[in-house]
Amino acid sequence: MAIEVRIPTIMRNLTDGAKAVEGKGGTLDELFSDLDDRHPGLRERLVDDKGLRRFVNVYLNDEDVRFLGGLDTQVSDGDTVTVLPAVAGG
Amino acid sequence: MVSRLTIERAIVDKIVAHARADHPDEACGVVAGAIGSDRPVRFIAMTNAERSPTFYRFDSMEQFQVWREMDDRDEEPVVIYHSHTATPAYPSRTDVSYASEPNAHYVLVSTADPDEHEFRSFRLVDGEVTEEEVQVVETYG
Repeated sequence: MAIEVRIPTIMRNLTDGAKAVEGKGGTLDELFSDLDDRHPGLRERLVDDKGLRRFVNVYLNDEDVRFLGGLDTQVSDGDTVTVLPAVAGG
Repeated sequence: MVSRLTIERAIVDKIVAHARADHPDEACGVVAGAIGSDRPVRFIAMTNAERSPTFYRFDSMEQFQVWREMDDRDEEPVVIYHSHTATPAYPSRTDVSYASEPNAHYVLVSTADPDEHEFRSFRLVDGEVTEEEVQVVETYG
């Protein structure tokens, strides 16, 4: 078992077009680093030096990780992580 | 490629009514349609989590639910709309920099004039703004 990560259209250039990829790790931070080994550049689209990027939404199963522990959120095998760019503007 | 948005009048009316109802705050939402169809059919008004006259952002949990529903129905966001309440219906710098759906028609409605609204559509891809023709039809036939 692994953690399934669902990738939005705009980031699929980093996953050879795959809608979902698999990874491992004990926290979201570790998971994103693991994914970056196979999909270089993906982590940078999700994280900046302050943590999760402001205009990227990340969900663990059905919850927004901002209301959990952000990058420190615990993840485990069988979880689904969904990435959605925020829809926003001025 | 000449780009064009073809949209039913009833949906245009719903988008404009939503923009008027939320004025002076910005209103936002999506019109979903079958993947690849380029036909907006299912109007979904979204909550502007910012409740602001100068900014909009979809509520993150509502977005999650709506995006999952589209996924289950083999739909995509064909139109993403929002209103400008004091400025013309033209994408702002932030609209361009946060645009994240390269296949969507980005519709802007201006409610700056209380009597006449502006309704325009754009493609926002890689920081480029391309306005497109809007063809309003009575039905898709």
